[in-house]
Amino acid sequence: MVKLTIDNKPVEVAEGTTILKAARQAGINIPTLCYFELDGMKFENKPGGCRVCVVEVEGRKNLAPACATDVMEGMVVHTHSARVINARKTVVELILSDHPNDCLQCSKSGDCELQTLAQKLGIREIPFKGEQSTYKKDSTLSVERDMDKCIMCRRCETMCNKIQSVGALSAVNRGFEAVVSPAFDQPLSESSCINCGQCVQVCPVGALSLVDNVADVMKAIADPTKTVVVQTAPAVRVALGEEFGMEPGSIVTGKMAAALRRLGFNYVFDTDWSADLTIMEEGTELLGRIGKVLGGDKTAKLPIFTSCCPGWVSFYEKNFPDMLEYPSTAKSPQQMFGAVAKNYFAEKIGVKREDMVVVSIMPCLAKKSEAAREEFKVNGNPDVDFSLSTRELAHMIKQCNLNLNDMPDEDFDSPLGESTGAAVIFGATGGVMEAAVRTAYEVFTKKKLDNIDFEVLRGFDGVKTATVDFAGTPINVAVVYGLNNARIIMEEVRDGNPRGFHAVEVMACPGGCIGGAGQPYHHGDSSIIRKRMEATYREDAGKPIRKSHENPSIIAIYKEYFGEPCGHKSHELLHTHYFDRSKKVEKE
Amino acid sequence: MTKVKSLADLKAMREKFQSNLDVREKSNNQDEMVQIKVAMATCGIASGAKQIMEYMMEKADAMKIRAVFTQTGCMGYCHAEPTIEVKVPGREPLVFGHVDSKKADEIFEKYIVNNEMVDGIIPVNYEVIDK
Amino acid sequence: MAKYKMHVLVCGGTGCKASQSAQIVDNLKAVLAEKGMQDEVQVITTGCFGFCEKGPIVKMMPDNTFYTQVTPEDARTIVEEHIIKGRKVTNLLYTDPENNEHVSDSKHMGFYKKQIRIALRNCGFIDPENIDESISRGGYEALGKCLTEMKPEDVIQEIKLSGLRGRGGGGFPTGLKWEIASKNHADQKYVVCNADEGDPGAFMDRSIMEGDPHSIIEAMAICGYAIGATKGLVYIRAEYPLAIDRLQIAIRQAREYGLLGQDIMGSGFDFDIELRYGAGAFVCGEETALIHSMEGKRGEPTFKPPFPAVSGYLGKPTNVNNVETFANIPVIITKGADWFNKIGTEKSKGTKVFALAGQINNVGLIEVPMGITLREVIYEIGGGIKDGKEFKAVQTGGPSGGCLTKKHLDTPIDYDNLIAAGSMMGSGGMVVMDETSCMVSIAKFYLEFTCEESCGKCTPCRIGNKRLCEMLTKISKGNGTMEDLYELRNLAAVIKDTALCGLGQTSPNPVLSTLDNFWDEYVEHVVDKKCRAGVCKSLMSYEIDQNKCVGCTACARNCPVGAIKGEKKMPHTIDLAVCIKCGACIERCKFGAISIK
Repeated sequence: MVKLTIDNKPVEVAEGTTILKAARQAGINIPTLCYFELDGMKFENKPGGCRVCVVEVEGRKNLAPACATDVMEGMVVHTHSARVINARKTVVELILSDHPNDCLQCSKSGDCELQTLAQKLGIREIPFKGEQSTYKKDSTLSVERDMDKCIMCRRCETMCNKIQSVGALSAVNRGFEAVVSPAFDQPLSESSCINCGQCVQVCPVGALSLVDNVADVMKAIADPTKTVVVQTAPAVRVALGEEFGMEPGSIVTGKMAAALRRLGFNYVFDTDWSADLTIMEEGTELLGRIGKVLGGDKTAKLPIFTSCCPGWVSFYEKNFPDMLEYPSTAKSPQQMFGAVAKNYFAEKIGVKREDMVVVSIMPCLAKKSEAAREEFKVNGNPDVDFSLSTRELAHMIKQCNLNLNDMPDEDFDSPLGESTGAAVIFGATGGVMEAAVRTAYEVFTKKKLDNIDFEVLRGFDGVKTATVDFAGTPINVAVVYGLNNARIIMEEVRDGNPRGFHAVEVMACPGGCIGGAGQPYHHGDSSIIRKRMEATYREDAGKPIRKSHENPSIIAIYKEYFGEPCGHKSHELLHTHYFDRSKKVEKE
Repeated sequence: MTKVKSLADLKAMREKFQSNLDVREKSNNQDEMVQIKVAMATCGIASGAKQIMEYMMEKADAMKIRAVFTQTGCMGYCHAEPTIEVKVPGREPLVFGHVDSKKADEIFEKYIVNNEMVDGIIPVNYEVIDK
Repeated sequence: MAKYKMHVLVCGGTGCKASQSAQIVDNLKAVLAEKGMQDEVQVITTGCFGFCEKGPIVKMMPDNTFYTQVTPEDARTIVEEHIIKGRKVTNLLYTDPENNEHVSDSKHMGFYKKQIRIALRNCGFIDPENIDESISRGGYEALGKCLTEMKPEDVIQEIKLSGLRGRGGGGFPTGLKWEIASKNHADQKYVVCNADEGDPGAFMDRSIMEGDPHSIIEAMAICGYAIGATKGLVYIRAEYPLAIDRLQIAIRQAREYGLLGQDIMGSGFDFDIELRYGAGAFVCGEETALIHSMEGKRGEPTFKPPFPAVSGYLGKPTNVNNVETFANIPVIITKGADWFNKIGTEKSKGTKVFALAGQINNVGLIEVPMGITLREVIYEIGGGIKDGKEFKAVQTGGPSGGCLTKKHLDTPIDYDNLIAAGSMMGSGGMVVMDETSCMVSIAKFYLEFTCEESCGKCTPCRIGNKRLCEMLTKISKGNGTMEDLYELRNLAAVIKDTALCGLGQTSPNPVLSTLDNFWDEYVEHVVDKKCRAGVCKSLMSYEIDQNKCVGCTACARNCPVGAIKGEKKMPHTIDLAVCIKCGACIERCKFGAISIK
């Protein structure tokens, strides 16, 4: 233990603690800007670049960055001396002197860490006038970049490279011209970006933001010739409440359905329904592959990788084009829903495909790009027309003078609204695997599963592995989030799958979809994500039916429409195929 | 290729190479050594100054006398070639005429080592302008 | 092998090479061959002699004649006159500016008199491409001594006792640095030579590598032995092709002799060296940035700790020293710490190499004992200010340093005194300025450099220095206010207080030191709108003296913008609104009628 004094307060902390953390333990909050940590998720960004957290350490000639300086025995620290405040204010004034300061129009206004800091420091004018950085705006289908607002905190870079190992963003150029950009100044859409959007989730300012589709959806609703169908992903209902001042972890399923109805959607359905459908298809595919491999079929590949996460799908198409036969061919729940809505349901209610607009509410930004994939269109008409994030839905509700708190609890519409607990847990890391096991076990062993809570597959570890006993047949599974973790497993599988995995669940975002890039900003507070996870399992536990294959609506549609899982009709509508999207380096 | 296998090896090597740099090493500390200037104009060369210079260089090495040899132009004593000027630290320079190998031995053994006078000194009776 | 009677040393440093010194060597050899003297006279290409002002340099041995500004055509004269006839070629001798007398021997030149050459001991003396010449000067003996007679801790102790401090700028005690690296245990450690010399106008390290590459190799091996590293890396900027060449040759020769590689001198110690090329970013001279660059990452510093001695190249303990620091090591081992620490001042031992530049008679590379005064360097070694002008300031430490004035002339130069005076030792740049230098412009020059070279990682350096530079521009344009001066000082102080790395923290020094020492000049710029040195164009106005002007029209005819009007044989006038202050009129006026106000 190390003893020191912070602002005249004696503090005792463990060796190796930074001044910042020591101060926080003592209840002293030193402001930070570039510093970012997702506790328990191995995400730490402390480049020591912004210099906002500088403090005075007696006996030291210059100020020390609290985020990067370890405590020492007998240290005497002042966090708000005149010298510190002057330096901190000057540093923020410098940042603002190269910032557009267009807060009123900025999408980040109210959620902006720089804005909050400037407010806290009482900055009323900027003494430095001079050149401002100007960069061309850039956008993918999911992410918008306005680098005029970039403050070089490098959080996006750390996320993109260290956690996701995508390598799309890094600092380029020097000095005042230094900025975060894809290599060679190419558009982000042509880079290795997979649209996971985690850069947006961690950006403290409005430099990185989502592509906003609210206006498109409002227009469709206003069009009397359109039937607008909405689906809501599992992770949205445990996070949307935060945007309306509710405690993290509040479950707002019913209020959300009510709000959607009041916004004017004609049918309020649930992606949870198609999550159950996904389990039927993917689980059957898994058992089929295991059967083939056991039967000596060399063309069948194990492990099967989940394919629900569009960031992950892009990632392996770009990085592992030689392994496209490993992931499940099942479409994601969003796309299964779209295909069912625009075929089965449109037929059922007698609406032409072109007159139906399918909107999805997702915790995700990559879903926007997934919806736009060519293979998910029929004659140019997409199965899912627009994908809105949780944050966009919140804005839309607010824009229409609604308050989620005032909404009654309502149910989803039928038939694509009924779901099980297995579908609910799709939102958390490990959930898809647990849901799949609940079904596959019973299908494979023809026995009833007594304990359906697979605790080993739950929790915040980036990599979890388990062996499930399928009545004598051991099934090895792995669950990962963060694409660098996925990369490691993929490389391991490429090297011969020494751990003998049968099935691997991959989610791009921290904690799974609940930590998605379309969710309310967590600003580095990982307890928010934990609470969303707790809520997810609470919702599951409260469901009367908790196994996908027991969902009566699913049973009905197989009987009525698809016949059997992985049958002819489901291959047509519920399965897809993958493409080599790697960039070939031409040799001269 | 020779490999240096020990510090002793290295020192032996240094010993061996050192003479190659002698000309340079010496020039840095001329004042502390015997300076011998050999008149090397046409008359000097014709009367064998080159050979006598080489002879003296070997002699100096053999006697382990730190000496620096330079060649100069005509000293004006064409009647007495080959002529050399010898400056021993702490003594006035002397010019010797008609230097052959025998005379050279004498100069080294008697004058340089023991400061004994040797025949053949040409009295210097002029001033050098650029001094 | 024939024994050469005479050696002709020709400077093969980058500066002299640019002035055709290679051609001089070829011509000398050709003429000697023509005269049948190729076996009597040896022509050697050496490293830098330091006296770059008068290069190319040719030195005749053993009579120690020092020829300056030699051209390839002079080769014949040197052979025919000096070598054959024994007559000095007087027009190639150095002329003492004090009394206009020719000086033939470098020992008697003011430029060399006060110098003590430790790091530069072999520069301009040996053929850097011949390991035998290095060995005959005692090269690798210090390594041999360490490997056979000393324990690693003895080596560290010796370096600690010597008081040697890092010559790259920071002045951290070298022995202590080695000790820290030696105490961190790891399967692999690294010795890195920082050859990313980046200060504008500095070429100390380049000259050492070009003139005596073996001393660096030897020192790195000694360091490797001391700290327990078997791999050495030289991070050198790709703009130093000659130094790279010479280092590569030297490494190859050392390997052939078994002085690099396995089981060096039978000691069981293995060590080898690789070169890594930098693209010439100033900030890569900062050791953490340098390591990132070597790892293939963006060249930008990270916060210390962890120090490279704990976690450096590839996360392994790494000791980084600058070229000049290494060049001192073998001498300290051979001659002993006691010999070394007698040179210099109490806290700064040994010598320092400086690149002397600016408005001074003898521009070049010098090595002087610590504790020498600026006056001795400028007036005795440097030969005083050019054209008899008055001394105004001297800038030391490059972009990280500051400007010192007349009042500092008798301050002994060492690490601590320079810092106390608001500047720093830096890597050894020394730029002398006379009365025609504007201190606002000087500060601006260095800030422009810093802005250009900032890595952009931390706010104070990325934006702060840009704003400093903009404020200086505003002041030099005559738009500054007293408030700007106060803000300038505050911002400079905050940058110093908050920047991430050593470069950022020292980058405001040119501003702060000129504010401290030349406050009046700043005030003149903002209040009187005047630049006394006549450098800031916006603050100048041209005027024609109506009494002196005879109306010859020469000025009007030569004015590129037609700003001068007047009848023939009548006094002319300048329209200041049109005038671009190019000075063409002053050059043309034969009557001294046009002046700058």
